[in-house]
Amino acid sequence: MTANLKTGASLPRRTAARLVAGKGRYTDDIQVAGLLHVAFVRSSYPHARLKRIETRAAADMPGVVAVLTGNDLAKVCAPWQTQLALLPSHLSPPQMPMAQGEACWQGEAIVAVVATSRALAEDATESVEIEWEELPVVADVQAAALADAPVVHSAMTSNLGLDHTVSTGDAEAAFRQAAVTVEHTFSFDRQTGVTLEPRTILAEFDPRLQQLTIHHSHQVPHQMRDIFAAQLKLPLSNVRVVAPDVGGAFGLKLAAYPDEMAVATIAVLLERPVKFCADRLEAFVSDNHAREAKVHGRMAVDADGRLTAMDVSVVSGFGAYSAYPRGSVGEALQAVHMVAAPYKMAHLRGRVRGYFQNKPPSGVLRAVGQPIATTVTEQLLDLAARRLSLDPAELRRRNYVDTATATARSAGGIVLAELSLERCHDRLLQLMDYATLRQQQRMHRDKGIYRGIGLAAFIEQTAVGPTLYGAQNVRASAQETCRLTLEADGAIRCATSITDQGQGTSTALAQIVADALGVDIETVEIATGDTQLTPFGGGAWASRGTALGGEAALRAARKLKESVLGIAGALLQTEPDLLKIEDGRIYNTASPLPQMSLADIATTAYFKAHLVALTELPALEITESFAPRDLPYVAANGIQAAHVEVDVELGTIRVLDFWVVDDCGRVINPLLVDEQIRGGVVQGIGAALYEQCIYGADGQLENGSLVDYLVPMASEMPDIHVAHVQTPTSATTLGARGVGEAGTVGAAAAIWTAVNDALTPFGVVLSEQPFTPERVLDALAARKD
Amino acid sequence: MTDLHSIAFMLNGKSVTADVDARLHLADFLRHTLHLTGTHIGCEHGVCGACNVLVDGRSTRSCLMLAVQVDGAHVETIEGLTASGQIADLQAAFTARNALQCGYCTPGVLATAAELLTGNKPTRDEIRDALSGNYCRCTGYHAIVDAIETVAGKRHGGAP
Ligand code: FES
Ligand code: FES
Repeated sequence: MTANLKTGASLPRRTAARLVAGKGRYTDDIQVAGLLHVAFVRSSYPHARLKRIETRAAADMPGVVAVLTGNDLAKVCAPWQTQLALLPSHLSPPQMPMAQGEACWQGEAIVAVVATSRALAEDATESVEIEWEELPVVADVQAAALADAPVVHSAMTSNLGLDHTVSTGDAEAAFRQAAVTVEHTFSFDRQTGVTLEPRTILAEFDPRLQQLTIHHSHQVPHQMRDIFAAQLKLPLSNVRVVAPDVGGAFGLKLAAYPDEMAVATIAVLLERPVKFCADRLEAFVSDNHAREAKVHGRMAVDADGRLTAMDVSVVSGFGAYSAYPRGSVGEALQAVHMVAAPYKMAHLRGRVRGYFQNKPPSGVLRAVGQPIATTVTEQLLDLAARRLSLDPAELRRRNYVDTATATARSAGGIVLAELSLERCHDRLLQLMDYATLRQQQRMHRDKGIYRGIGLAAFIEQTAVGPTLYGAQNVRASAQETCRLTLEADGAIRCATSITDQGQGTSTALAQIVADALGVDIETVEIATGDTQLTPFGGGAWASRGTALGGEAALRAARKLKESVLGIAGALLQTEPDLLKIEDGRIYNTASPLPQMSLADIATTAYFKAHLVALTELPALEITESFAPRDLPYVAANGIQAAHVEVDVELGTIRVLDFWVVDDCGRVINPLLVDEQIRGGVVQGIGAALYEQCIYGADGQLENGSLVDYLVPMASEMPDIHVAHVQTPTSATTLGARGVGEAGTVGAAAAIWTAVNDALTPFGVVLSEQPFTPERVLDALAARKD
Repeated sequence: MTDLHSIAFMLNGKSVTADVDARLHLADFLRHTLHLTGTHIGCEHGVCGACNVLVDGRSTRSCLMLAVQVDGAHVETIEGLTASGQIADLQAAFTARNALQCGYCTPGVLATAAELLTGNKPTRDEIRDALSGNYCRCTGYHAIVDAIETVAGKRHGGAP
């Protein structure tokens, strides 16, 4: 092959040059003539009946065009209801763009004010009068579970939205026979995504053509097109959804949000362009939340340090409604099914219950439930290692699942194939110089410095296929498609169903296409994020962009190459097998001189086809789709390590260093992959140390601003060392696995094990995430008493 | 509701006069009145730094400053910093090092870095401290620190 292959090279992203110049085009940057702005009146009560809404005074305010209630929007927009075919008891009441009759969380949209500027719309919201009747509030999951708990929504008969069990082998017997059993309780506070660009939507409706055009800060424009069309009763082909530059998404921008449905509805109702951009305060109470869970976990280990069984009980908080259309059960189910996935373990008993609460709906956040399962498993492993007086690294080394060749299932049913946990482990210990760190740890302890080393091996579900949502009857496509065209000027246009919020998947696709076709990467143009320009498919979710979108692109490129060489063979009167393409030129393998260019082929095929001596002209526009159908997903694996120091006087935790060895199969662009991992790690560190939505028992969010909700900032974060083991997956011809969530799957667990390792001399094991200074000091004080 | 004030200031090297509403903050004025959309808004309460611009050479939260307050000042936004070429090395280093993903934080980060690099060559820790008012959800900061460190090294004539 040619020397200058792009696949595997650290090419910078092509959009980066535009973004560093401030030339991004995010949804709020788009100028539209006659644009109106929406501001919402939101419920200040977590649960209340709407007795009367008085909008007249607001309607008379300067600049106000309309003041609309849920009843007004119901004339145009049909209600929707989250339903999961395999979980019929996950009953979420029908939802409307704005509350009708009853508000079920603090922050739910009640009234929309439409005005000529956002400021004027906000002014007028203050003149809307609502008469409320407060209803009983269920905020805490444990309160929601009580037999006599009030219901979250009057249409519900119970707050229980999920009760699911797993049973593999005979956990009971394994615990009886275990040499060592350990147990611990874990609490994971509610978090939210805090994308720097808040949710934003711009909707335009052309009444003559009955066409709705939406610019949307979102990950899955094809899904949203389907939903807007269905709810507003428009033919699918009359709806176009464009996701321009998106300022961070992380799963938060996968859902159909009621207030965004309201904006699309208002555009249709008023026949005017309207925009809504959430401000930070309303983002905290209207973006989907995630992670809230209480877990009790037990682990059984034999005298040789072999993990035999786990018993896990999870209680998860859903919020007031199940997120549409994907539901809110993913976090809870993954929390149970993913436990011990990297380890040989025969017996598992698990139970997971999920409850509705008067809080914002919970939904997808990078790594969905996998961080919970990883944390529970890794922390229990460390506790077992202590009981056995075994080094934690050694205990892990004895237990990794070996699926180098065969496909196996973990006790939780996770499908594993072609893993490399042992190799990742060995590489990590070498990278971090584990033995030396342990030695230094002992020396530091003697001086009253408490450092901890934490490990977390992980499995990451990537490139998820249609069995996840397809089987639930949820219209979230898992298939990715590439439409590859030889343009009339000889350039290549690659229109892809995947979307790119900065991961760099567009660049990875260009690399794949350039190599497979043998063209200069500069001649490959990528079209993405616009339902009118791109073929139907999933978008960005479950770490799929390069793994699945790249596979579709590779397949299309190979076919297009065949077409090009077929035409070239006819023109050159040579067997196509004797021809090759390099740098966009066609060579006969026997000669170093180019015979013709791709532009020549295009010119001949498009304008002088009579010169091609073939009965059928091969297609120069190829569409290829791919979804894994034999496997539910492509599992990736890796291991992470954290080195931390705990100040036992102040309760503060400093992350000194962090390492990751990841196997995402074939690496297409290391520069992109490494930054996906680092970004994901920092989100995991944030979860373990800082991030929490603090709710009072009254259901009010007490820290709904960026001043009070702490996120990881540069000065507290460590450098993150990343290395790779590459085991290409045989599930695709490309061999790439996903990597978008890897960092987040394991990072919180590595912080848990590191901090608790540091606290070993005190006999303290923290159990509530995030590890705030107060919680650290409380735990130390409780121990001293 | 409107209470208009006349202001005159230098924006990206050109003089601008405008009548602005007293309550309009600088970020909204730049974005929505002047259509300079490279300045971003992430919180409007002074924490995230997405709105950072240079006011008289100091990196400043444009969401916390009223448009009327820039009367007589020199304001530089990402558009002006780009056009003048004064941060071209930083921009190239950010691109080469993949120090941005969604890019939403980037103009604000660059304003902070532009100010930082007018001083002595910063250490890695000093770069992290200088960035402590710029929230980035995507990168985890490591690549941003790398990119700034590289430019600091080059500007001070040594190896990074
Ligand atoms: S928008 Fe100004 S600091 Fe966040
Ligand atoms: S690159 Fe997305 S917030 Fe920094």
